[in-house]
Amino acid sequence: MAQTAIPTGTYDDTDHDEDLGDGHHEPRSFITKYIWSQDHKVIAIQYSITAMAVGLIALVLSWLMRMQIGFPGSLPFIDPERYLQFVTMHGMIMVVYLLTALFLGGFGNYLIPLMIGARDMVFPYVNMLSYWVYLLAVLVLVASFFVPGGPTGAGWTLYPPQAILPGTAGRDWGIILMLVSLIIFVVAFTMGGLNYVTTILQARTRGMTMMRLPLTVWGIFVATILGLLAFPALFVSGLMMLLDRVLLTSFFMPTITSLGERLSYGGGSPLLFQHLFWFFGHPEVYIVALPGFGIVSDLISTHARKNIFGYRMMVWALLAIGVLSFVVWAHHMYVSGMNPYFGFFFATTTLIIAVPTALKVYNWVLTLWQADIHFTVPMLFSLAFILTFVSGGMSGLFLGNVVVDVPLSDTYFVVAHFHMVMGVAPVLVIFGAIYHWFPKVTGRMLNDALGKFHFWVTFLGTYAIFFPMHYLGFVGIPRRYHDFEGIAFIPDSARELNAFITVAALVVGAAQLVFLFNMAWSGFRGRPAGSNPWNATTLEWQTPETPPGHGNWGPRQPVVYRWAYDYSVPDAEQDFLPQNYPRPAGDGLNPEAPPEQGGLLR
Amino acid sequence: MTIFGTLAAKPWLESGSGEFPPSGRLRIPTGRLGLIFFLIVISVLFVLLGTAYVMRMGFGDWVPLDEPPVLWLNTLALVLSSAAFQGAWIGVRRNRPAGATAGLYAGGLFAALFLAGQLVAWRQLDGLGYYVASNPANTFFYLLSALHGLHLLGGMAAWGRAAARLRHAGSAAELRPAVELCALYWHFLLVVWLALFGLLLADNGGADAVLQPLPHGMH
Amino acid sequence: MTVAIVFALLVVGSVVFSLVSPWWFTPLASNWGTIDTTLIITFMITGVVFCALVLFMAYSMFRFRHREGIRAGYEPESGKLELWLTGLTSVGIAAMLAPGLVVWKDYVTVPPDAATVEVMGQQWGWAFRFPGADGVLGAVDPMRIDADNPFGLNPDDPHGGDDVLVEGGEVRLPVGKPVKLLLRSVDVLHDFYVPQFRAKMDLVPGMVTYFWFTPTVTGNFEILCAELCGVGHSAMRGTVVVVEPDAHQPWLDEYPTFAQAVRDTALAEAVRQGNSMNQ
Repeated sequence: MAQTAIPTGTYDDTDHDEDLGDGHHEPRSFITKYIWSQDHKVIAIQYSITAMAVGLIALVLSWLMRMQIGFPGSLPFIDPERYLQFVTMHGMIMVVYLLTALFLGGFGNYLIPLMIGARDMVFPYVNMLSYWVYLLAVLVLVASFFVPGGPTGAGWTLYPPQAILPGTAGRDWGIILMLVSLIIFVVAFTMGGLNYVTTILQARTRGMTMMRLPLTVWGIFVATILGLLAFPALFVSGLMMLLDRVLLTSFFMPTITSLGERLSYGGGSPLLFQHLFWFFGHPEVYIVALPGFGIVSDLISTHARKNIFGYRMMVWALLAIGVLSFVVWAHHMYVSGMNPYFGFFFATTTLIIAVPTALKVYNWVLTLWQADIHFTVPMLFSLAFILTFVSGGMSGLFLGNVVVDVPLSDTYFVVAHFHMVMGVAPVLVIFGAIYHWFPKVTGRMLNDALGKFHFWVTFLGTYAIFFPMHYLGFVGIPRRYHDFEGIAFIPDSARELNAFITVAALVVGAAQLVFLFNMAWSGFRGRPAGSNPWNATTLEWQTPETPPGHGNWGPRQPVVYRWAYDYSVPDAEQDFLPQNYPRPAGDGLNPEAPPEQGGLLR
Repeated sequence: MTIFGTLAAKPWLESGSGEFPPSGRLRIPTGRLGLIFFLIVISVLFVLLGTAYVMRMGFGDWVPLDEPPVLWLNTLALVLSSAAFQGAWIGVRRNRPAGATAGLYAGGLFAALFLAGQLVAWRQLDGLGYYVASNPANTFFYLLSALHGLHLLGGMAAWGRAAARLRHAGSAAELRPAVELCALYWHFLLVVWLALFGLLLADNGGADAVLQPLPHGMH
Repeated sequence: MTVAIVFALLVVGSVVFSLVSPWWFTPLASNWGTIDTTLIITFMITGVVFCALVLFMAYSMFRFRHREGIRAGYEPESGKLELWLTGLTSVGIAAMLAPGLVVWKDYVTVPPDAATVEVMGQQWGWAFRFPGADGVLGAVDPMRIDADNPFGLNPDDPHGGDDVLVEGGEVRLPVGKPVKLLLRSVDVLHDFYVPQFRAKMDLVPGMVTYFWFTPTVTGNFEILCAELCGVGHSAMRGTVVVVEPDAHQPWLDEYPTFAQAVRDTALAEAVRQGNSMNQ
């Protein structure tokens, strides 16, 4: 793609800007520039590197547990305790410490100010604190690997009473550190989240109306609001369980005889925890999904050189999903023993939420129609995301429909479903996004050949892992089992399938090392990218410097004249018009009606 | 423009009229908006705990505790603290530095009194045998009052910063944002405390009647 | 370009895989064929939508791949199209949800003639209690659970004496008779799960949960625990043996009633007195 010099609108903000509070000066030393930095871009990179580092631990854990499932006994140190510890920590790290932190702390931090034309977050100091508190949460989490008894093996849902009773690994120290770490994480998230929503509302540059925001920002905005409303539930449930564990209170603990010994607990309700947990846990799925939805919308639009189809519908769908996500939580609890009549309500709300979600998928797919698709690495990952997400969404319709959930709950069908929909799908978006924005962050392109290799192995490999896994669920194989010794209804062929899945998982994991190498190598040796290698319209590509300098915009902030999706506008000279590209004098509007030729349905 | 009007806009048709098209940011100081979001988060926290409180109350082993009378004094201290902050707020708005200073100091003093009073209440309850783990009603009281106290303690940090700046502030107007945020936060924590105190009193009606723990019946 | 072909091949591959897969449900052994039917309906609808969407994508990717000199179209939205898509999706959703809710109504409605059996879970094994001659389960209290009284039965309740206690992890049920399982747990969450019956439900300490089914096939079926319950989770097994109705009572008679169990040990008598004084 040829780069074109384009005249763009800016304004001098030195008199207007009130949002850069006191103490926000140009950093002078290495320490203030890279360590105690209040620059959103540095904080974003700190978040991303920490999240990816802790993600590597989760990757190794997944290898270990897959070895036990595929080749039982081949690694003799994996006893039931260790196996369950690996399962637990893998899940918790991926959901909370990697995906949430990377999407919001990483991409949110980097992209929000740049995409809305701001110089930084509105509370840079709090933003910096957010990262350091997050790092503390990660360190406490990692510390639990080194305490006597190891990390908790209660499953990432940490259901009491099991999580805090003998008979579960990590009951002495692991669970305490886990809960403390989660509580710290919630504090960190709240500090970051307040910044994101306030910045999006208040720091938009001239002309950047809400409906001109790129969908990435919309996705992060709605996800952050969900997070701010949902994480208190995790905070509360974690704190209450911590009291149950340490002070022997009875929030969640009924009268229990544990391994022959009567405990002092009494009167509490394990279901109360589940309600609180899933009141957080279900929105959490969307906290991870919505930024991905937004990012993938922008990637598809940019690399297909076509406006995102149905922008308004995409925004409305995000909001609808956000609202509905708070009234579906108990679909995780159909067989929990709660009042079974709740099933009618929650099955209905759950299946209703599929409608706005499906609309988003349709609009991505329809954006491809009559497009000019460049199969770049970010685009490949975006397309793979759609396929994976559709697959995971379909299996979600099984599990949301209360009665179909009954035979499938707690089997490998569930494992396959949530890995497709909130494991692989968001991770594919993350990869696509990294290939897309790496040139802006570092000024250099990632290597294309390595990127394509990484893409094919990851996409096909994860499909090979999780598509067949649904069928193990149909067989009825239960999840979180250390071994399937002596279970007669499981055919030998299922064991062979498990071995195959393990091999695929090892290969996919190894391919991620290629990706890490690509990032490290291209960061120094990659082809220089220029300021706008993808010919994109959004503001982050219009910075005067690449990577953007402190304050992002030099002396003059950009002015926005158009929405984020002016690709292939009829009669325009080039196939993209940046958001800060002024409209011709005397012409207030684009053509009232879209062009006659083409079009899907009118 | 209303929210729905905003969301119905067709951005591809909008003109970028004028040299400085509007961004549509809210007409509210950024700091206050951030604080409002924070207050929403805290509200969710306490609403969830309140819900858990009411649910847990129904499980049969609930023995309401006798609230120590000092809680009434504490409530009074918090009301006065909030009122003093309101005075400080009015002071900075009308540019009366003396009033602002007095309000700020009095507000902090009464808040400290409240916190000290809460500690006294804890000691009294502990002395009466209402231990944290001996009954869920006790646990909830300790947990809720501790969380509320921690939030107030955090507010005291912000208050300390504002009070320190008071010394070298040239005019009351300079302090206005900080005082406004403190006042808002204090009013909010007063409302939270009143709600918690109300919850505590509400389940106390039949305290004497229910002193015997209920049997753990099943079926 | 390649990716378009791969997408199409993935659809074909997934369909072929589903058709030839040896991995499918265990043969049904209860009345819950309706659950399987609902699942099949869901499978068909979602399968068709998945294939249609991905094939449409593959076709678009192929047809609208980048070629020099060709520019993309410009179409911000089409309200009519999106309305149609919303409508069609809603119909599809309703077609899955409606049968699901109807079957769920059956699932939560226990037939009046269902026999009651209690399932007791603890780390890591299963025990069972039948109501005995009077057809009523005796009252229990988790505070009474100990080695001599594993079910926590209240010795003062006249309904409890004839309750039959079945320990050892194997339970027999008569074929063709609806049974309502009352589920209790001594310690942590468990889940009573027999794949062939399709139905399952958690055991929650401090609560009594339930579900019902009618065994329709005689034979041995494995009970698994389907809710993580600690390090022994995967080893928490039991057996349901579905027998002809007339073979059931003789089997049950081999097990002691609560009264017999208490009478058989001197210690139990002392426990009983102690418990009575606690009242």
